[in-house]
Amino acid sequence: MQQTVPLAWYLILGAVLFVLGVAGFLFRRNIITMFMSIELMLNAVNLSFVAFSYHLRRIDGQVLAFFVMVVAAAEAAVGLAIILTVFKNRATLQVDDVSSMKD
Amino acid sequence: MEPVIFLVFAVFAVVCGILVVTQTHPISSALSLIGVMGSLAVIYLMLGAQFIAAAQVIVYAGSIMVLFIFVIMLLNEGQERKTRGSRIARLLGAPLLMALLGIVSYVIYRAFPPALNVQFGRFTGGTAEALGKALFTTYLWPFEITSVLVLIAIVGAVVLGYKELD
Repeated sequence: MQQTVPLAWYLILGAVLFVLGVAGFLFRRNIITMFMSIELMLNAVNLSFVAFSYHLRRIDGQVLAFFVMVVAAAEAAVGLAIILTVFKNRATLQVDDVSSMKD
Repeated sequence: MEPVIFLVFAVFAVVCGILVVTQTHPISSALSLIGVMGSLAVIYLMLGAQFIAAAQVIVYAGSIMVLFIFVIMLLNEGQERKTRGSRIARLLGAPLLMALLGIVSYVIYRAFPPALNVQFGRFTGGTAEALGKALFTTYLWPFEITSVLVLIAIVGAVVLGYKELD
């Protein structure tokens, strides 16, 4: 039995999680679930960053993953505030009901 | 031993990711997302990124998901309503996503042959000390700009919380 894991497995795991996030963003109609799909995509990209950081034996990838985390935290704060405001005004979380800019 | 640990947590992450997308109640999705983040933290540890693993648990699974669950509980919207989305999205979405996954996996396999291995303990540069040194020397300006970004986010969240739109 082999004792090591190929690097490609980590990257493919990241790709699978990213595609799942895209699927959630495309097919779900709840604002909060769509937002969580974005977080899933960010996590998948983070995994790729850390895997490449290992591959190149440099820490830069982990620094970028750290920045992604900070930006995700800021994004969560502002995004959830926007969701709260939308709910206060429309009393709904369905994106189909918040389409007045489309019409 | 290492492939077993990797496979266990990778499968757990993928199953939780599928649950995030398929559950109809936001709270179930949020709990599944915490599962994804926890298993990803273990995988970061296997890649030698100790600080990122800890930050993943504290920042992502801790604060961000608490914020999410707080908002879900506060709004208490309940189950998602079935609506008809765009027909093009429904017809083309899944095949195109599968094509994307296939292309990305193919490229990864071509570019990174299985001989490139990850062995636990061969790279231990992910300590808080090394990361802090990189953050405050090479990446000082991005770091400072990030602090401004977080400040803007805080002010924006407060303003949005106060504002009465109609």
